[in-house]
Amino acid sequence: MTKRTAISSSDRLVKVPTGIAGFDEITGGGLPAGRPTLICGSAGCGKSLMATEFLVRGASQYGEPGVLMTFEETAADIRKNVSSLGFNIADMVAQKQLVLDHVFINRNEIEENGDYDLEGIFIRLAHAIDTIGAKRVVLDTIESLFSGLNNQAILRAELRRLFGWLKERKITAIITAERGEGSLTRHGLEEYVSDCVVLLDHRVIGQVSTRRLRVVKYRGSTHGANEYPFLIDTNGMSVLPLSSAAMDYKVSNLRISTGVPELDVMLGGKGFYRGSTVMLSGTSGTGKSSVAACLAHATCGRGERCMYFSFEESQAQILRNMRSIGMDLAPHVERNLLQFHASRPTVHGLEMHLVKLHRLIDEFKPSVVILDPVTNLSTAGNVNDSNSMLIRLIDFLRKKGVTAFFISLTSGGRAAEATDEGMSSIVDTWLLLSDIESGGERNRAMYVLKSRGMPHSNQVREFLITSRGVRLVPTYLGPTGVLTGSARLIQEAKDLAVETSVHDELRRKELVLDHRRQAVEAQIQALRAGFEAEQQEFSRVVATERSKNTRNQADRRATAKSRRVGSNGNGMAH
Amino acid sequence: MKTKSATGPKSPSLQNSAPAATPGRTAAEIKSDEWILRLYVAGQTPKSLAAFANLKRICEEHLAGRYRIEVIDLSQTPHLAQHDQIVALPTLVRKLPEPIKRILGDLSNLQRVLVGMELRPLTAR
Repeated sequence: MTKRTAISSSDRLVKVPTGIAGFDEITGGGLPAGRPTLICGSAGCGKSLMATEFLVRGASQYGEPGVLMTFEETAADIRKNVSSLGFNIADMVAQKQLVLDHVFINRNEIEENGDYDLEGIFIRLAHAIDTIGAKRVVLDTIESLFSGLNNQAILRAELRRLFGWLKERKITAIITAERGEGSLTRHGLEEYVSDCVVLLDHRVIGQVSTRRLRVVKYRGSTHGANEYPFLIDTNGMSVLPLSSAAMDYKVSNLRISTGVPELDVMLGGKGFYRGSTVMLSGTSGTGKSSVAACLAHATCGRGERCMYFSFEESQAQILRNMRSIGMDLAPHVERNLLQFHASRPTVHGLEMHLVKLHRLIDEFKPSVVILDPVTNLSTAGNVNDSNSMLIRLIDFLRKKGVTAFFISLTSGGRAAEATDEGMSSIVDTWLLLSDIESGGERNRAMYVLKSRGMPHSNQVREFLITSRGVRLVPTYLGPTGVLTGSARLIQEAKDLAVETSVHDELRRKELVLDHRRQAVEAQIQALRAGFEAEQQEFSRVVATERSKNTRNQADRRATAKSRRVGSNGNGMAH
Repeated sequence: MKTKSATGPKSPSLQNSAPAATPGRTAAEIKSDEWILRLYVAGQTPKSLAAFANLKRICEEHLAGRYRIEVIDLSQTPHLAQHDQIVALPTLVRKLPEPIKRILGDLSNLQRVLVGMELRPLTAR
């Protein structure tokens, strides 16, 4: 990790990685190389484990053999303790990666007489170091010598000499010490080992214990000064760096389906943003987990990974319940796309939960994380603590580009929007499930309270859980309010009836009009026929008159001819 | 193991001590009241020389003829330090008679060595 070049090593502090997850991050590379480090803390806070892990990981991962000198635990104890971390000490000892030495002082058979020194320890250490070429040494817990030997003056002088001697030999050492009253260590070892001091703490708040680590001092180096919670589990120790919660994450424009097609439509037709934080609030029994399961189902269906943290139900319970609404999640679990982690919130403190979530998410690398429900976490602390923990978790998930889906249980009677005050501003999309009680029925409704960066529906939709999944249907807004359930069905039937009758009426009117048109047309026909008859009669009369006129003129001409008179002697000849 | 038996010479040297009894005896020949004392040192430091000298003086005074001192120089045989659970130097270990007793230091307080080794009760009889 932070192995610097030989040139800069003279003026820069060289650090050796401990291999302990998170610790190297907060110390900027590990412990000071070639110098002793003091780890202090009260009984049972993990000093020995941290020191042992430093040695074991040094030998197995960084090729630095180590010597473990214990003053309390026997070699057999150590072997047992470390095997629980998955390391085989016996093998490491056989391969000369590790030397165990248990220093045992039986006060009953010891008497002090005159001047002595601790050269015995020096010889033992030197011998062990030389045998395997050790680079790391752990003295756990050297303070026990104070209870084994009387001459404190000699002891102090010799310990000072020992730490100097280790430094001279360029050994990176960890010295563990018991926490004292009002001082870091019971016997003031911090006076002698002052290059790096790490304090471990084990606190119980509200019956829940949390382990914390703090780098009190790190000469010549910057370090995280906060108290960092840490976890001891089957992978050893892991420290959670919390200060990394900077808001410099990238955002994605990609969208992922919610698993409910109608909900996708409500969210601008495409669903959630990838890497966004979604919260679904609702009172109990509104179907929150079903929505979450839909999201999980859709995510795994795309071949992506989903991690489901359940604080209420077990995996088997969720699988069974979702099967009843037509969603079989078991195949996803078998294909290792879906992982459930069910635990009670009260099993650890909040910090521990956070560490655990971090670790699991880092290991599984899911693209969607579901927490069901986050509100339960406040039982492991108070509401403020759980909110601050969730905000840190959100930062962590956003940084990783993981879509977070939080379920928030709101208790009935309270205004759903007020209960999540702490969280509401930080989530990107907030869905609300509520129940509507009317007409002797309790029905579910869902709406999008907010969804940043996308057009979203303002509609309240009825949320149906059927044997074939969940559906969202538009509700009816009647004069008495939103109609859901049977009321909606009745309204739908009514509407259909109205629609049918309107249609019939129109058809009838159309027929009437048709008849009328035909009648009018017939009348027009008749009138036109009469008119035409008159017209014919008229032309016949005109023709008759014209021919009559012609004949008269002819007659007159003929008459005049016969009388041989002028035109004025008309008729005289007759 | 570097074993030396010591009697006679009052020299503070660790090297020139002579055997107290015939060397090479078998275990069966060891007398039941024999004292086997083992002194762990690291090189010839003033403390180790002083311890050896003090030890020999006591033995000569109180256990003449029935003691054996084995001096173990851990700077020569460092692996024995772990094996014998040596923390401080010099350390005197009374292997026999049982139970094992250890005295740390240069044995400068002779009176207390006698008590520690149970050679003499705290109060004179």
